[in-house]
Amino acid sequence: MEALELARWQFGITTVYHYFFVPITIGLSLLVAILQTAWMRTRNPEWLRLAKFFGKLFTINFALGLVTGIVQEFQFGMNWSDYSRFVGDIFGAPLAIEALLAFFLESTFLGLWIFGWGRIPEKLHAACMWVIHIGTVLSAYFILAANSFMQHPVGYFNNPETGRAELIDFWAVLTNPVQLVTFPHVLTAAWMTGGGFMLAIALWHVWRSRTPKSEQPMYRKAAAIGAIAVLLGGLGTIVTGDIQGKIMTEVQPMKMAAAEGLYDSVPEGEGAPFSIITVGTLDGTEEVWAVTVPKLLSYLSTGTFDGAVEGINDLNAEYQLTYSGEELTAMDDYRPIIPVTYWTFRLMMGFGFAAMVIAALALLWLWKGKEMNHRFWYWSAIGVMFLPLIANSWGWIFTEMGRQPWLVFGLMTTQTGVSPGTTTAEVFTTMALFTLLYGVLAVIEVGLIIKYTREGAPEYDGESLDPDDRAEDQPFVFTY
Amino acid sequence: MELSTIWFILIAVLWIGYFVLEGFDFGVGALFPVLGRGDEKLDGETRKRVMLSTIGPFWDGNEVWLITAGGAMFAAFPHWYATLFSGFYMPLFVILVALIVRALGFDYRGKVDSDVWRRRWNWCIFLGSVVPSVLWGVAFTNIVMGVPIDADMEYTGGFFNLLNPLALLGGIVFLGVFVTHGAMFLALKTDGPIRHEARALAVRVGGVSAVLAVVWLAAIHLDTGTALSWSAAGLAAVALLGSLAMARKGSEGWAFTGTFVAIALTVASLFLALFPDVMPSSTDPAFNLTVTNAASTDYTLTIMTWVAVLFVPIVLLYTSFTYWTFRKRVSGHHIPQADTAEDLSVGSPGQS
Ligand code: HDD
Ligand code: HEM
Ligand code: HEM
Repeated sequence: MEALELARWQFGITTVYHYFFVPITIGLSLLVAILQTAWMRTRNPEWLRLAKFFGKLFTINFALGLVTGIVQEFQFGMNWSDYSRFVGDIFGAPLAIEALLAFFLESTFLGLWIFGWGRIPEKLHAACMWVIHIGTVLSAYFILAANSFMQHPVGYFNNPETGRAELIDFWAVLTNPVQLVTFPHVLTAAWMTGGGFMLAIALWHVWRSRTPKSEQPMYRKAAAIGAIAVLLGGLGTIVTGDIQGKIMTEVQPMKMAAAEGLYDSVPEGEGAPFSIITVGTLDGTEEVWAVTVPKLLSYLSTGTFDGAVEGINDLNAEYQLTYSGEELTAMDDYRPIIPVTYWTFRLMMGFGFAAMVIAALALLWLWKGKEMNHRFWYWSAIGVMFLPLIANSWGWIFTEMGRQPWLVFGLMTTQTGVSPGTTTAEVFTTMALFTLLYGVLAVIEVGLIIKYTREGAPEYDGESLDPDDRAEDQPFVFTY
Repeated sequence: MELSTIWFILIAVLWIGYFVLEGFDFGVGALFPVLGRGDEKLDGETRKRVMLSTIGPFWDGNEVWLITAGGAMFAAFPHWYATLFSGFYMPLFVILVALIVRALGFDYRGKVDSDVWRRRWNWCIFLGSVVPSVLWGVAFTNIVMGVPIDADMEYTGGFFNLLNPLALLGGIVFLGVFVTHGAMFLALKTDGPIRHEARALAVRVGGVSAVLAVVWLAAIHLDTGTALSWSAAGLAAVALLGSLAMARKGSEGWAFTGTFVAIALTVASLFLALFPDVMPSSTDPAFNLTVTNAASTDYTLTIMTWVAVLFVPIVLLYTSFTYWTFRKRVSGHHIPQADTAEDLSVGSPGQS
């Protein structure tokens, strides 16, 4: 393998890994903030216990999101230096703003939250978690603005003298039509994922016979909140995902065609079908057997049931004509890997729907107050923990691999963005070691989550957490 | 003033912020095996937890200065960011790994009650603090002294080129000064045996570091210095010596201020020596990356300036608020004494 391929693998592995922690952080910070606010309002100790319980799990997860994020930032310069030179004028700004606006907020207020129990006024303490959530949302906004530029460049001028893309309208970059739908889609998907995390852990306690009877109502409440988050978040992703499909068809028609594996264009009036499952020949060029929904693809991409949809072959020919002249854009073949885009698109939706079904069933059972100690709920807990999370990964793999061979759509191909100076041996070393390290860290993280899940919500001992009521020199409540 | 010059200054400020702040938490981590060793006065575990509690609320915010410095370089000087990060590939990789295991060490070491577990994370915290300190010193010495860069702005030097004697000295100076800074911080923020030991240690390590720092700074500024960079370096040395004198006198606040100022001025002197280059080429001065040829467009820089003007004060405001909130000294009796894992999850002060 060459440095290019290795650098791509490295980016893919480290980013997908970073994104395991990101949606949980975004979703769970909101839910913990809600729990803590409920405690402030009602003074029902159950809410405080839950806030501490999920807060602890939140910090375990946050730590990994943080450390893997730094790798992401450095990687653009380390492995993709030609890309950084080409887009730095545009792409660097949202990244820097993300750090200044979001990362300082998150990290400072998390420090206050962890060490502030009993040291700062209670209201301020609860507000800290809200601030953290706002930080995560801002972070998502700016990084997605950067990513949306790569999907659909706007607000720039391709300067032949300097050989780079230069910013002429920053507002256009921040309100990129792709960004405006990607952001809500990603955000609602993250809330859904946080909800799935909470539902899973609470459900496990509800299912387990060892959980004391007196604790059941508390965990049932937490499970219900998680289930509601999954359902509302899920609804949001469906609505925004649907809009996203139409925008994508406009700006990256190849990606939509690749999502369906639609090789030949379907003209206006015929209505392109959408297949749920296809068995094709090995090279993916011919269909052997498929379950299809008539006209659905036309609807997904154009909003009408018989709109025209362009096919991969026409688009490929068209791109070859348009782009082959320039060094940065020339390619023999502008097709992404079709089986990957086809399946990841379906898996994203399928995993999301499955999680929503579980959440709906769980909510029904919780609401009716039925026993939930059947084995079914154990597996449901595991399912609802991982399904939304992995749906996110499928979504990103689809978006990013569907963009290939472009690094910045229409401006720069991936092969021209890689660092020219780094050697294969260097990239191989870092990739192998990151992968190894990340593997070990995943085991540690899962182990810690299981350990703290088992221990359950901490007891409430009636002691006040308001610093006004506490002696000056008390020990820390939370420490490292 | 040119916008690109303003951004050169802002990036210098971000790196200064990073080193004066993360400098002390690197120092605290590096002192883990020394000040964290138990004796008849205080057991090792309590000592380590006192040390961690002094930096607990801050280290993550401190690290964001690095992330912001990186982002700002990307935005304001894309070529600088690209050349530096792809050129110093392996050292940066090692720094990343070190920062990863260090941060997880802080967060995870108290989460399982087992000696083996804690010992492993102790190592991560220690190495994760020492290794980046040294490597940042190596990197900055090389940036200022110049490295092989070709006409395409690509670094052509390889890995071992970076490990020249002056750069290694720079690494040791960074480590020594950060250890001093960290010890001053512990003297200021703890009570009991750690406080006194940290102060004594700061004076000893600080003395040695001061000598090495003077040699290293002189070598750099003799080569590329200007009147301004010489003055900054000179004042840095004065501040460091002043800090050591204050530490001996027992005024910990001034002593810590001294190392803080010394680090700020040292880094400032490096950037002053660098200007108007951002990465000089040792291959041919015509290939130097400068504030002009590495910069973004004026439009981008204008936007970034507005963002910085509006938001940096806000960041400073709430950062100061955390430092104010946790201004009290920490000592053994602030550490919940029950079995670590239990009291963490119960989170109740009544149990100690
Ligand atoms: C701001 C930019 C940006 C953002 C927010 C993301 N990506 Fe991306 N992605 C890139 C910028 C990028 C890139 C620099 O453009 C890569 C590197 C190599 C490439 O082809 O594109 C890329 C490639 C890339 C690949 C490999 C595709 C290939 O090389 O065939 C995967 C699987 C992902 N990304 C996944 C993700 C995930 C899971 C993200 C969620 C955090 C994500 N991307 C966010
Ligand atoms: C590939 C591009 C990305 C880069 C360069 C990047 C960079 C970073 C960095 C440097 C951090 C650590 C910040 C800290 O110290 O708190 C971080 C964390 C974070 N990032 Fe990313 N990130 C990327 C992708 C994303 C995306 C796409 C999102 C959201 C949709 C996102 C959301 C977050 C959040 C919420 C955190 C907080 C920490 C956590 O997840 O636990 N990031 N990122
Ligand atoms: C019916 C449901 C859904 C539809 C129609 C849908 C549609 C889409 C589309 C069209 C994209 C690609 C956007 C682009 O590349 O321009 C996308 C991306 C993505 N999807 Fe979905 N999606 C659905 C459900 C979900 C679910 C349930 C999740 C996760 C819980 C999810 C997570 C993501 C993520 C993380 C991305 C990548 C970021 C982005 O480009 O927005 N999606 N989705």
